[in-house]
Amino acid sequence: MPHATAHHLFSKRPTGRRRVESLLTNFFRLTSYLVILSAGYIFANIAYHGSKAVFTTQAPYINVAFLTQKPQTLHVYEPRVAYQSIQATRVEILKLKTQRRQLGSNDKLSAKSLTTAIQALEIKVEALDIERKAGRLLYSDSDYRKLARSPSEADYVYNNYAYSGGGIGPAIVGTCLLVAGSISIALTLGVLCAIYLSEYSRPGRTLQLIRLSILNLSGVPSIVFGLFGFGMFVLFFGWGVSMLAGWLTLAIMALPVIITASEESMRAIPKGFREGSLALGASKWTSIRSNVLPYALPGILTSSIMGIARVAGETAPIMFTAAFALRDQLPWQGLDKPTDFFFQGVMALPYHIYVVSSKIPQNEYTRNMQYGAAFVFLFIVGFFALSSIILRIKIRKKYSW
Amino acid sequence: MSQTSPLAPNDPSASQQTIIEIRNFDFAYGDSQALFDINMDIKEKEVTAFIGPSGCGKSTFLRCFNRMNDLIDIARIKAGEIKISGINIYDDDVDVIELRKHVGMVFQKSNPFPKSIYDNIAYGPRIQGVKEKGALDQVVEECLRGAALWDEVKDRLNESALGMSGGQQQRLCIARALAVRPKILLMDEPCSALDPIATAKVEELIHQLKKDYTIIIVTHSMQQAARLSDRTAFFYLGKLIEFGNTDQIFMNPNDPQTEAYVSGRFG
Repeated sequence: MPHATAHHLFSKRPTGRRRVESLLTNFFRLTSYLVILSAGYIFANIAYHGSKAVFTTQAPYINVAFLTQKPQTLHVYEPRVAYQSIQATRVEILKLKTQRRQLGSNDKLSAKSLTTAIQALEIKVEALDIERKAGRLLYSDSDYRKLARSPSEADYVYNNYAYSGGGIGPAIVGTCLLVAGSISIALTLGVLCAIYLSEYSRPGRTLQLIRLSILNLSGVPSIVFGLFGFGMFVLFFGWGVSMLAGWLTLAIMALPVIITASEESMRAIPKGFREGSLALGASKWTSIRSNVLPYALPGILTSSIMGIARVAGETAPIMFTAAFALRDQLPWQGLDKPTDFFFQGVMALPYHIYVVSSKIPQNEYTRNMQYGAAFVFLFIVGFFALSSIILRIKIRKKYSW
Repeated sequence: MSQTSPLAPNDPSASQQTIIEIRNFDFAYGDSQALFDINMDIKEKEVTAFIGPSGCGKSTFLRCFNRMNDLIDIARIKAGEIKISGINIYDDDVDVIELRKHVGMVFQKSNPFPKSIYDNIAYGPRIQGVKEKGALDQVVEECLRGAALWDEVKDRLNESALGMSGGQQQRLCIARALAVRPKILLMDEPCSALDPIATAKVEELIHQLKKDYTIIIVTHSMQQAARLSDRTAFFYLGKLIEFGNTDQIFMNPNDPQTEAYVSGRFG
């Protein structure tokens, strides 16, 4: 029991306002935990399922084929005995379930015995499934063609599944190229633009209009950027579905974020640094180059992280401009002349995930591909972002005030 | 150069050369006029103090000497001229960069760059194209000695200037300004953020610099103006009320407003 003390001047009194406040605090807390929990669940889910595709149980523990090979058709041979007894047991389960449904609500006793029977059969299916998985033979297309003799039809049931074999090598390469290229273009243009807006332009109605339009640009749906890029670069400039068209489309999409964030970070540099260097006889550009840009760099890098996050994950803009659903060759293979490099379509992870999860029949083998691709994709975006963050921390350490 | 300005103080040191002449100077921010018809002669190698209550235009006026007000869009000269060594600095053919090399400035809030002490001093020479390490080393040492800072920092030239104390930072800014070898030093309330000991050091430094530089200092502290300056100008509401020998301004002001201000009755 808390001992009761006499009320004094500052003693706590339960008031309505205090109750409302503690309620609000808990509400905020709950909301944040909910958000974190959902995000955590999504990541954990992708990581769990994806790691099955990416990692293996034997050394080198990483599924190199998955990361380097191109997507292929998967040829599956399942042991006929196990396969057929699974089918038969499933039919039996279905039958029992139908019976149970027809029983009606009075006969609780026989319903219960049916349920036990179904459960027993399901356990049997699981056991058979393990046997099937242990006994099955999986061949990617290239391996399949190399087979001297295919397994006998008597022992195995044969099936094939598109896009379920091989790996996502070209998509990884394509995504890295698309992100690197578009971010370099967007950073160059964006920083130049931000320098002009924050350092040179005169405040006024025109500047406000420009700012407003940049802000509006960031609200445009990505599919619109995709259509714009398709109309402008693919058709009008006649570049076809090409990496360059994808770069520019993605760059335009990332520009608003980069311009806004870079401009903000340049504005945040104290006026004293500019005045200090101007008073020492520096020209405007010298003062910007030596006393604004270096200190604004962390902010600019942050903006690039946001740009990367926006650009890397987009499917819509590259769907029409740069992405192929399937391409056998890596971007540097089979080029007639060096400039062809820019005018070829590439595979990209987001588009690949879209294709394998909605454009082909779903089965247990495509699932592996989807999660694996998503996992690798998260990893790549994380890597790009992390390197920017590390760079930012390094620079911030060098220039802090 | 006019030696017989109506506002030139009548004192024995009048033999000093006039380096800055201000004639009928009107200055405005947009529609609001900040300075009204200022006439003044500033002598070479003297300390001239600008005093006056906040908002009287003394800092604005100071920033006209190296055209720092160019950075403000709405700032404009309405009439008059400022001549430094006989050249109107608002002429079209004046290169602001050259002017600012000639007229250094120290700001109210010390603004060392977030770089090393060495790089701070070397900034000015470097942007003028000095690259040799030897020459830069020499300038850095010279300027740090000039700002009476050398002994305190000679062992940590490569450390960040932001690790220094407030007073050291302000003296570093003075040293940095010296590195471009100006003739005139403008100081905008250089001690307003410093403690008394640091203030004393900066004041001592200003005293020494007087031998080689013409110094114009804006200050809120009348004691400081009295201690430091040879001549004092009192501003009020954008007008130059009185300009004369410091002793005369503080002991025997001609204008009743000046008297009221220096005796602490308003401001």
